[in-house]
Amino acid sequence: MIEFLQHLGENTRTSFTKLGRGTFFLLQTLSGIPSVLIRPRLLLNQMHSVGVLSFLIITISGLFVGMVLGLQGYYILSDFGAEETLGVMVAASLVRELGPVVAALLFAGRAGSALTAEIGLMKATEQLSGMEMMAVDPIKRIITPRFLAGFLSMPLLAALFSAVGIIGGQIVGSGLLGVDEGAYWSQMQAKLDFQDDIINGVIKSIVFGFVASWIALFEGYDAIPTSEGVSRATTRTVVNSAFSILGLDFILTALMFGDN
Amino acid sequence: MQHTRTQDTLVGLFVASGIVGLFFLAMQVSNLGSFTGHDGYTITARFENSGGLKVKSPVSSAGVKIGRVSAISFDTKTYQSVVQMNIDAQYNTLPEDTTASVFTAGLLGEQYVNLEAGGSDELLKEGGNIEITQSAIILEKAIGQFLFKSASEKK
Repeated sequence: MIEFLQHLGENTRTSFTKLGRGTFFLLQTLSGIPSVLIRPRLLLNQMHSVGVLSFLIITISGLFVGMVLGLQGYYILSDFGAEETLGVMVAASLVRELGPVVAALLFAGRAGSALTAEIGLMKATEQLSGMEMMAVDPIKRIITPRFLAGFLSMPLLAALFSAVGIIGGQIVGSGLLGVDEGAYWSQMQAKLDFQDDIINGVIKSIVFGFVASWIALFEGYDAIPTSEGVSRATTRTVVNSAFSILGLDFILTALMFGDN
Repeated sequence: MQHTRTQDTLVGLFVASGIVGLFFLAMQVSNLGSFTGHDGYTITARFENSGGLKVKSPVSSAGVKIGRVSAISFDTKTYQSVVQMNIDAQYNTLPEDTTASVFTAGLLGEQYVNLEAGGSDELLKEGGNIEITQSAIILEKAIGQFLFKSASEKK
Protein backbone atom coordinates (compact mmCIF):
# COMPACT_ATOMS: atom_id res chain seq x y z
CA MET A 1 0.00 0.00 0.00
CA ILE A 2 2.74 2.43 1.00
CA GLU A 3 4.63 1.36 -2.06
CA PHE A 4 1.58 2.06 -4.22
CA LEU A 5 1.26 5.56 -2.74
CA GLN A 6 4.96 6.17 -3.27
CA HIS A 7 4.60 5.03 -6.84
CA LEU A 8 1.58 7.29 -7.38
CA GLY A 9 3.35 10.30 -5.90
CA GLU A 10 6.43 9.64 -8.00
CA ASN A 11 4.36 9.37 -11.17
CA THR A 12 2.45 12.57 -10.44
CA ARG A 13 5.66 14.42 -9.72
CA THR A 14 7.37 13.24 -12.89
CA SER A 15 4.37 14.11 -15.07
CA PHE A 16 4.29 17.64 -13.64
CA THR A 17 8.02 17.94 -14.16
CA LYS A 18 7.54 16.84 -17.72
CA LEU A 19 4.79 19.38 -18.28
CA GLY A 20 7.05 22.07 -16.89
CA ARG A 21 9.90 21.01 -19.16
CA GLY A 22 7.49 20.93 -22.07
CA THR A 23 6.35 24.49 -21.40
CA PHE A 24 9.92 25.70 -21.09
CA PHE A 25 10.74 23.91 -24.33
CA LEU A 26 7.78 25.60 -26.04
CA LEU A 27 8.92 29.03 -24.88
CA GLN A 28 12.44 28.34 -26.14
CA THR A 29 11.02 27.20 -29.46
CA LEU A 30 8.89 30.30 -29.82
CA SER A 31 11.82 32.55 -28.97
CA GLY A 32 13.67 31.03 -31.94
CA ILE A 33 11.11 32.32 -34.46
CA PRO A 34 12.97 35.54 -35.40
CA SER A 35 16.13 33.64 -36.29
CA VAL A 36 14.11 31.29 -38.53
CA LEU A 37 12.58 34.22 -40.37
CA ILE A 38 16.09 35.34 -41.25
CA ARG A 39 16.77 31.93 -42.83
CA PRO A 40 13.49 30.97 -44.54
CA ARG A 41 15.25 28.14 -46.39
CA LEU A 42 15.16 26.03 -43.20
CA LEU A 43 11.42 26.54 -42.93
CA LEU A 44 10.90 25.71 -46.60
CA ASN A 45 12.77 22.40 -46.27
CA GLN A 46 10.59 21.45 -43.33
CA MET A 47 7.38 22.55 -45.07
CA HIS A 48 8.35 19.99 -47.68
CA SER A 49 8.84 17.10 -45.28
CA VAL A 50 5.94 17.99 -42.98
CA GLY A 51 3.39 19.43 -45.39
CA VAL A 52 4.04 18.20 -48.91
CA LEU A 53 4.68 14.61 -47.87
CA SER A 54 1.44 14.57 -45.84
CA PHE A 55 -0.48 15.92 -48.82
CA LEU A 56 -1.31 12.57 -50.38
CA ILE A 57 -2.53 10.79 -47.25
CA ILE A 58 -4.65 13.81 -46.32
CA THR A 59 -6.34 14.21 -49.70
CA ILE A 60 -6.98 10.49 -50.21
CA SER A 61 -8.37 10.08 -46.69
CA GLY A 62 -10.47 13.21 -47.15
CA LEU A 63 -11.92 11.86 -50.37
CA PHE A 64 -12.90 8.57 -48.76
CA VAL A 65 -14.28 10.15 -45.59
CA GLY A 66 -16.42 12.45 -47.74
CA MET A 67 -17.62 9.52 -49.85
CA VAL A 68 -18.56 7.49 -46.78
CA LEU A 69 -20.41 10.49 -45.30
CA GLY A 70 -22.28 10.89 -48.57
CA LEU A 71 -23.26 7.24 -48.59
CA GLN A 72 -24.29 6.96 -44.94
CA GLY A 73 -25.98 10.34 -44.91
CA TYR A 74 -27.99 9.46 -47.98
CA TYR A 75 -29.42 6.29 -46.45
CA ILE A 76 -30.48 8.07 -43.27
CA LEU A 77 -31.74 11.26 -44.90
CA SER A 78 -33.71 9.41 -47.58
CA ASP A 79 -35.83 7.87 -44.81
CA PHE A 80 -37.11 11.37 -44.10
CA GLY A 81 -37.30 12.37 -47.74
CA ALA A 82 -34.58 14.93 -47.06
CA GLU A 83 -31.79 13.71 -49.31
CA GLU A 84 -31.53 17.22 -50.74
CA THR A 85 -29.88 18.32 -47.51
CA LEU A 86 -27.07 15.80 -47.97
CA GLY A 87 -24.71 18.63 -48.92
CA VAL A 88 -25.40 20.44 -45.66
CA MET A 89 -24.74 17.31 -43.63
CA VAL A 90 -21.51 16.39 -45.42
CA ALA A 91 -20.15 19.94 -45.45
CA ALA A 92 -21.11 20.83 -41.89
CA SER A 93 -19.64 17.67 -40.39
CA LEU A 94 -16.46 18.00 -42.43
CA VAL A 95 -15.86 21.71 -41.95
CA ARG A 96 -16.77 21.82 -38.28
CA GLU A 97 -15.42 18.54 -36.95
CA LEU A 98 -14.01 15.87 -39.20
CA GLY A 99 -11.80 18.11 -41.31
CA PRO A 100 -9.74 19.58 -38.48
CA VAL A 101 -9.85 16.50 -36.22
CA VAL A 102 -9.15 13.69 -38.69
CA ALA A 103 -6.57 15.78 -40.54
CA ALA A 104 -4.85 16.50 -37.22
CA LEU A 105 -4.89 12.81 -36.22
CA LEU A 106 -3.43 11.82 -39.58
CA PHE A 107 -0.94 14.65 -39.27
CA ALA A 108 0.15 13.39 -35.85
CA GLY A 109 0.50 9.87 -37.23
CA ARG A 110 2.25 10.80 -40.47
CA ALA A 111 4.31 13.90 -39.68
CA GLY A 112 4.37 13.96 -35.86
CA SER A 113 5.81 10.48 -35.44
CA ALA A 114 8.41 11.20 -38.14
CA LEU A 115 9.45 14.39 -36.34
CA THR A 116 9.79 12.60 -33.00
CA ALA A 117 11.84 9.79 -34.49
CA GLU A 118 14.06 12.24 -36.35
CA ILE A 119 14.76 14.44 -33.34
CA GLY A 120 15.09 11.44 -31.03
CA LEU A 121 17.65 9.83 -33.32
CA MET A 122 19.54 13.10 -33.63
CA LYS A 123 19.72 13.12 -29.87
CA ALA A 124 20.70 9.44 -29.65
CA THR A 125 23.48 9.89 -32.20
CA GLU A 126 24.58 13.05 -30.37
CA GLN A 127 24.04 15.34 -33.31
CA LEU A 128 22.26 17.82 -31.06
CA SER A 129 25.14 17.99 -28.60
CA GLY A 130 27.50 18.22 -31.57
CA MET A 131 25.69 21.32 -32.68
CA GLU A 132 25.94 22.81 -29.24
CA MET A 133 29.69 22.19 -29.39
CA MET A 134 29.82 24.24 -32.55
CA ALA A 135 27.87 26.99 -30.78
CA VAL A 136 24.80 26.37 -32.94
CA ASP A 137 21.61 26.44 -30.93
CA PRO A 138 19.81 23.17 -31.87
CA ILE A 139 16.48 24.66 -30.78
CA LYS A 140 16.77 27.53 -33.25
CA ARG A 141 18.35 25.47 -35.98
CA ILE A 142 16.36 22.22 -35.73
CA ILE A 143 13.27 22.59 -33.59
CA THR A 144 11.78 25.97 -34.44
CA PRO A 145 11.71 25.47 -38.25
CA ARG A 146 9.94 22.16 -37.76
CA PHE A 147 7.51 23.67 -35.30
CA LEU A 148 6.64 26.54 -37.63
CA ALA A 149 6.30 24.18 -40.58
CA GLY A 150 3.81 22.01 -38.69
CA PHE A 151 1.96 25.03 -37.38
CA LEU A 152 1.61 26.52 -40.88
CA SER A 153 0.88 23.27 -42.73
CA MET A 154 -1.91 22.04 -40.49
CA PRO A 155 -4.60 24.63 -41.43
CA LEU A 156 -3.82 24.11 -45.11
CA LEU A 157 -4.05 20.34 -44.76
CA ALA A 158 -7.33 20.57 -42.85
CA ALA A 159 -8.83 22.89 -45.45
CA LEU A 160 -7.74 20.50 -48.20
CA PHE A 161 -9.22 17.57 -46.30
CA SER A 162 -12.60 19.31 -45.99
CA ALA A 163 -12.62 20.55 -49.57
CA VAL A 164 -11.74 17.16 -51.03
CA GLY A 165 -14.23 15.49 -48.69
CA ILE A 166 -17.07 17.72 -49.84
CA ILE A 167 -16.23 16.91 -53.44
CA GLY A 168 -16.13 13.20 -52.51
CA GLY A 169 -19.58 13.51 -50.93
CA GLN A 170 -20.81 15.16 -54.09
CA ILE A 171 -19.36 12.39 -56.29
CA VAL A 172 -21.20 9.73 -54.30
CA GLY A 173 -24.33 11.76 -53.54
CA SER A 174 -25.16 13.21 -56.91
CA GLY A 175 -23.00 10.98 -59.09
CA LEU A 176 -24.05 7.57 -57.81
CA LEU A 177 -27.16 8.04 -55.67
CA GLY A 178 -29.02 10.70 -57.59
CA VAL A 179 -29.19 13.70 -55.28
CA ASP A 180 -29.69 16.81 -57.39
CA GLU A 181 -26.34 18.51 -57.84
CA GLY A 182 -27.77 22.01 -57.64
CA ALA A 183 -29.58 21.21 -54.39
CA TYR A 184 -26.40 19.70 -52.94
CA TRP A 185 -24.49 22.97 -53.39
CA SER A 186 -27.27 25.50 -52.86
CA GLN A 187 -28.52 23.96 -49.60
CA MET A 188 -24.92 23.87 -48.39
CA GLN A 189 -24.36 27.51 -49.25
CA ALA A 190 -27.61 28.53 -47.61
CA LYS A 191 -26.89 26.76 -44.35
CA LEU A 192 -23.15 27.11 -43.80
CA ASP A 193 -21.87 30.41 -42.53
CA PHE A 194 -18.41 31.72 -43.33
CA GLN A 195 -17.78 33.17 -39.90
CA ASP A 196 -19.40 30.48 -37.78
CA ASP A 197 -18.39 27.37 -39.68
CA ILE A 198 -15.38 27.93 -41.90
CA ILE A 199 -13.43 30.32 -39.68
CA ASN A 200 -14.10 28.27 -36.57
CA GLY A 201 -12.89 25.16 -38.38
CA VAL A 202 -9.71 26.97 -39.39
CA ILE A 203 -9.16 28.14 -35.80
CA LYS A 204 -9.52 24.55 -34.65
CA SER A 205 -6.95 23.32 -37.14
CA ILE A 206 -4.50 26.06 -36.11
CA VAL A 207 -4.81 25.01 -32.46
CA PHE A 208 -4.40 21.32 -33.37
CA GLY A 209 -1.37 22.05 -35.53
CA PHE A 210 0.23 23.98 -32.68
CA VAL A 211 -0.40 21.22 -30.13
CA ALA A 212 0.50 18.29 -32.40
CA SER A 213 3.80 19.88 -33.47
CA TRP A 214 4.66 20.84 -29.92
CA ILE A 215 4.03 17.33 -28.59
CA ALA A 216 5.92 15.64 -31.43
CA LEU A 217 9.00 17.86 -31.10
CA PHE A 218 9.06 17.80 -27.33
CA GLU A 219 8.77 14.02 -27.15
CA GLY A 220 11.66 13.71 -29.57
CA TYR A 221 13.77 16.25 -27.74
CA ASP A 222 12.95 14.69 -24.38
CA ALA A 223 13.44 11.07 -25.51
CA ILE A 224 15.83 8.76 -23.72
CA PRO A 225 18.72 8.58 -26.22
CA THR A 226 18.54 4.85 -26.92
CA SER A 227 16.74 2.98 -29.66
CA GLU A 228 14.13 1.82 -27.17
CA GLY A 229 13.71 5.34 -25.83
CA VAL A 230 13.12 6.72 -29.32
CA SER A 231 10.56 4.05 -30.11
CA ARG A 232 8.73 4.79 -26.87
CA ALA A 233 8.81 8.52 -27.56
CA THR A 234 7.28 7.93 -31.00
CA THR A 235 4.46 5.92 -29.47
CA ARG A 236 3.87 8.61 -26.85
CA THR A 237 3.69 11.25 -29.57
CA VAL A 238 0.86 9.51 -31.36
CA VAL A 239 -1.02 8.64 -28.16
CA ASN A 240 -0.64 12.04 -26.49
CA SER A 241 -1.41 13.94 -29.68
CA ALA A 242 -4.59 11.93 -30.20
CA PHE A 243 -5.70 12.57 -26.61
CA SER A 244 -4.92 16.28 -26.75
CA ILE A 245 -6.55 16.78 -30.14
CA LEU A 246 -9.77 15.03 -29.17
CA GLY A 247 -9.93 16.66 -25.75
CA LEU A 248 -9.23 20.11 -27.13
CA ASP A 249 -11.79 19.50 -29.85
CA PHE A 250 -14.47 19.00 -27.22
CA ILE A 251 -13.51 22.20 -25.43
CA LEU A 252 -13.29 24.23 -28.64
CA THR A 253 -16.60 22.89 -29.90
CA ALA A 254 -18.29 23.76 -26.61
CA LEU A 255 -16.85 27.29 -26.81
CA MET A 256 -17.60 27.88 -30.51
CA PHE A 257 -20.88 26.17 -31.14
CA GLY A 258 -22.25 26.16 -27.61
CA ASP A 259 -24.75 28.97 -28.01
CA ASN A 260 -26.70 27.69 -30.99
CA MET B 1 20.61 22.93 -56.74
CA GLN B 2 18.17 21.01 -58.91
CA HIS B 3 16.92 19.25 -55.83
CA THR B 4 16.09 22.43 -53.93
CA ARG B 5 14.37 23.83 -57.03
CA THR B 6 11.91 20.91 -57.17
CA GLN B 7 11.46 21.15 -53.43
CA ASP B 8 10.56 24.82 -53.76
CA THR B 9 8.07 23.99 -56.49
CA LEU B 10 6.48 21.26 -54.40
CA VAL B 11 6.16 23.49 -51.34
CA GLY B 12 4.74 26.22 -53.53
CA LEU B 13 2.21 23.82 -55.01
CA PHE B 14 1.29 22.58 -51.56
CA VAL B 15 0.70 26.07 -50.17
CA ALA B 16 -1.21 27.10 -53.29
CA SER B 17 -3.46 24.03 -53.13
CA GLY B 18 -4.12 24.69 -49.42
CA ILE B 19 -5.13 28.24 -50.19
CA VAL B 20 -7.29 27.05 -53.08
CA GLY B 21 -8.94 24.65 -50.62
CA LEU B 22 -9.67 27.46 -48.20
CA PHE B 23 -10.94 29.64 -51.03
CA PHE B 24 -13.17 26.80 -52.20
CA LEU B 25 -14.59 26.42 -48.72
CA ALA B 26 -15.22 30.14 -48.45
CA MET B 27 -16.83 30.71 -51.84
CA GLN B 28 -18.43 27.43 -52.80
CA VAL B 29 -19.39 25.91 -49.47
CA SER B 30 -20.34 28.84 -47.29
CA ASN B 31 -22.52 31.81 -48.04
CA LEU B 32 -19.60 34.17 -48.59
CA GLY B 33 -20.16 34.09 -52.36
CA SER B 34 -23.56 35.71 -51.94
CA PHE B 35 -22.52 37.75 -48.95
CA THR B 36 -23.72 41.32 -49.20
CA GLY B 37 -22.27 42.63 -45.98
CA HIS B 38 -24.04 45.29 -44.01
CA ASP B 39 -24.58 47.69 -46.86
CA GLY B 40 -28.32 47.49 -46.46
CA TYR B 41 -30.86 49.32 -44.39
CA THR B 42 -32.60 48.25 -41.21
CA ILE B 43 -36.33 48.24 -40.67
CA THR B 44 -38.28 47.18 -37.59
CA ALA B 45 -41.50 45.26 -37.20
CA ARG B 46 -43.41 44.46 -34.02
CA PHE B 47 -45.12 41.13 -33.74
CA GLU B 48 -47.52 39.81 -31.09
CA ASN B 49 -45.61 36.58 -31.39
CA SER B 50 -42.58 35.96 -33.58
CA GLY B 51 -42.68 32.18 -33.04
CA GLY B 52 -39.50 30.31 -33.89
CA LEU B 53 -37.92 33.21 -35.75
CA LYS B 54 -34.18 33.51 -35.16
CA VAL B 55 -31.44 35.98 -35.86
CA LYS B 56 -30.25 35.36 -39.46
CA SER B 57 -33.60 33.94 -40.51
CA PRO B 58 -34.34 34.99 -44.08
CA VAL B 59 -36.58 37.91 -45.01
CA SER B 60 -38.26 37.40 -48.33
CA SER B 61 -40.79 39.08 -50.52
CA ALA B 62 -42.73 37.28 -53.25
CA GLY B 63 -40.53 34.25 -52.51
CA VAL B 64 -37.24 36.03 -53.15
CA LYS B 65 -34.79 36.48 -50.30
CA ILE B 66 -34.14 40.19 -49.83
CA GLY B 67 -32.53 40.32 -46.39
CA ARG B 68 -32.00 38.76 -43.00
CA VAL B 69 -33.30 39.19 -39.47
CA SER B 70 -30.58 41.08 -37.61
CA ALA B 71 -31.96 41.24 -34.05
CA ILE B 72 -34.94 40.06 -32.05
CA SER B 73 -35.81 41.61 -28.70
CA PHE B 74 -38.72 41.74 -26.28
CA ASP B 75 -40.41 45.05 -25.57
CA THR B 76 -41.10 45.19 -21.84
CA LYS B 77 -43.78 47.90 -22.22
CA THR B 78 -45.96 46.55 -24.99
CA TYR B 79 -45.03 42.88 -24.47
CA GLN B 80 -44.33 42.52 -28.15
CA SER B 81 -41.50 40.96 -30.06
CA VAL B 82 -39.37 43.58 -31.84
CA VAL B 83 -37.76 42.15 -34.96
CA GLN B 84 -35.08 44.14 -36.76
CA MET B 85 -34.43 43.22 -40.34
CA ASN B 86 -31.51 44.14 -42.54
CA ILE B 87 -32.72 44.55 -46.11
CA ASP B 88 -30.21 44.52 -48.97
CA ALA B 89 -29.53 47.98 -50.34
CA GLN B 90 -30.71 47.09 -53.84
CA TYR B 91 -34.27 46.49 -52.61
CA ASN B 92 -34.91 50.03 -51.45
CA THR B 93 -38.32 50.53 -52.96
CA LEU B 94 -40.53 48.90 -50.33
CA PRO B 95 -43.64 51.02 -49.72
CA GLU B 96 -44.37 52.34 -46.23
CA ASP B 97 -47.52 50.25 -45.80
CA THR B 98 -45.72 46.93 -46.37
CA THR B 99 -47.14 44.01 -44.39
CA ALA B 100 -44.80 41.70 -42.47
CA SER B 101 -45.83 38.16 -41.54
CA VAL B 102 -43.99 35.25 -40.00
CA PHE B 103 -44.36 32.19 -42.19
CA THR B 104 -42.97 28.68 -42.08
CA ALA B 105 -41.22 27.17 -45.07
CA GLY B 106 -42.90 23.80 -45.52
CA LEU B 107 -44.51 21.87 -42.70
CA LEU B 108 -41.39 21.49 -40.55
CA GLY B 109 -39.17 24.04 -42.22
CA GLU B 110 -37.62 27.09 -40.68
CA GLN B 111 -39.56 30.28 -40.13
CA TYR B 112 -39.02 33.41 -42.14
CA VAL B 113 -40.43 36.91 -42.46
CA ASN B 114 -42.51 37.56 -45.52
CA LEU B 115 -42.91 41.15 -46.65
CA GLU B 116 -45.88 41.99 -48.83
CA ALA B 117 -45.65 45.33 -50.56
CA GLY B 118 -48.51 47.80 -50.12
CA GLY B 119 -49.64 50.59 -52.40
CA SER B 120 -48.25 53.69 -50.71
CA ASP B 121 -45.99 56.12 -52.54
CA GLU B 122 -43.89 56.74 -49.43
CA LEU B 123 -40.95 54.32 -49.15
CA LEU B 124 -39.49 52.59 -46.10
CA LYS B 125 -36.15 54.08 -45.09
CA GLU B 126 -33.32 53.23 -42.68
CA GLY B 127 -34.88 52.76 -39.23
CA GLY B 128 -38.39 52.59 -40.69
CA ASN B 129 -41.24 50.81 -38.97
CA ILE B 130 -43.62 48.27 -40.43
CA GLU B 131 -47.02 48.97 -38.89
CA ILE B 132 -49.08 46.06 -40.17
CA THR B 133 -47.84 42.69 -38.96
CA GLN B 134 -49.17 39.19 -38.70
CA SER B 135 -47.87 36.87 -36.00
CA ALA B 136 -46.51 33.42 -36.44
CA ILE B 137 -49.07 30.67 -36.38
CA ILE B 138 -48.46 28.57 -33.32
CA LEU B 139 -49.52 25.03 -34.13
CA GLU B 140 -50.68 24.17 -30.61
CA LYS B 141 -52.81 27.31 -30.47
CA ALA B 142 -54.40 26.59 -33.83
CA ILE B 143 -55.20 22.99 -32.85
CA GLY B 144 -56.63 24.21 -29.54
CA GLN B 145 -58.90 26.72 -31.26
CA PHE B 146 -60.03 24.12 -33.74
CA LEU B 147 -60.88 21.63 -30.99
CA PHE B 148 -62.79 24.26 -28.98
CA LYS B 149 -64.71 25.27 -32.06
CA SER B 150 -65.73 21.74 -32.98
CA ALA B 151 -66.68 21.01 -29.35
CA SER B 152 -68.95 24.05 -29.16
CA GLU B 153 -70.54 23.22 -32.51
CA LYS B 154 -71.60 19.81 -31.25
CA LYS B 155 -73.65 21.24 -28.39
